[in-house]
Amino acid sequence: MIWAAVLLGSLGTYVEKLVGFFLPRSLLERAAVRRVAGLLPVALLAALVAVQTFAVGQTLVVDARLAGLLAAIVALLLRAPFIVVVLVAAVVAAVLRAAGLAT
Amino acid sequence: MADERDAQGSAAATPRSVHATALSIGLATGAYGLSFGAIAVASGLSAWQAQSLSILMFTGASQFALVGVLGAGGGAVAAVLTAWLLGARNGLYALSLAPILQLRGWRRLVGAQLTIDESAATALTHTSHAVTARRAFWSTGLSVYVLWNIGTAAGALGAAALDDPATLGLDAAIPAGFVALLWPRLVDRTTRAVAVAGAAVALLLTPVLRPGLPVLAAGLVALVAAWLTGRSR
Repeated sequence: MIWAAVLLGSLGTYVEKLVGFFLPRSLLERAAVRRVAGLLPVALLAALVAVQTFAVGQTLVVDARLAGLLAAIVALLLRAPFIVVVLVAAVVAAVLRAAGLAT
Repeated sequence: MADERDAQGSAAATPRSVHATALSIGLATGAYGLSFGAIAVASGLSAWQAQSLSILMFTGASQFALVGVLGAGGGAVAAVLTAWLLGARNGLYALSLAPILQLRGWRRLVGAQLTIDESAATALTHTSHAVTARRAFWSTGLSVYVLWNIGTAAGALGAAALDDPATLGLDAAIPAGFVALLWPRLVDRTTRAVAVAGAAVALLLTPVLRPGLPVLAAGLVALVAAWLTGRSR
């Protein structure tokens, strides 16, 4: 099941890359194509942030992940590199759990 | 990092400065590959599955999304669809790069795999100088490919050696990774509004839809927003 997702997902993303080298360039001049392509990652990534922070299966909970996310946002405001943003979130969540302040 | 700015600032950068930029971007992405490997294993993939994604899929946001949806119990179909939707932008990069790179035969097949945010961004800053643009594309693409894969291996093996990812806060690293990918895209009021609406739609639908589907539904927000902003012009 995981292997199927890995292989099928990879095949599709490769085809997306390759197809771009064959399509007519005039597609890029269509404003609608550019707008959708620009906004799609924004909507999907924001949805992933929300779901990965609050969801456990189909229920919404507030736990140490929220504190981790807020710490990550502070790190981003301070222009920290990607690895630091991720580490800060993990450390904050782990410390809160170890201290018994969050689940 | 100073090299990076110099190289991107001038149209006819020297080969050396192009390669230095490529290496610095590769090193930064390698560190990010480290977190991908660790998060993939924390989400339930084996180290080999994580590595296969970095070798075969090789586009960060799609890889994070695939493991994120699988880890949340969203199932393979939703995971694959989310990865594809996020990967669609690479097709647009390829469209912009095609006339500059002029790739044929096997070079086109290899070049396609290296078409990602970083290689497209560096190549497209040198559009007025085709030789430099091609050098930037290959140098950055290969540097990121190698270091992203080394980072993935280190992160996956490191996380595989741990007992419970939650005690180390690795589950909190997942949304942090996504917010770091989202951050540079929040450039104006439209993108910020789409982000808030996408997050809201996903949360509202979480109790009623299977895991994975709320994220896909949030993609509709982008379509509606693109249509609305098109009409208002």
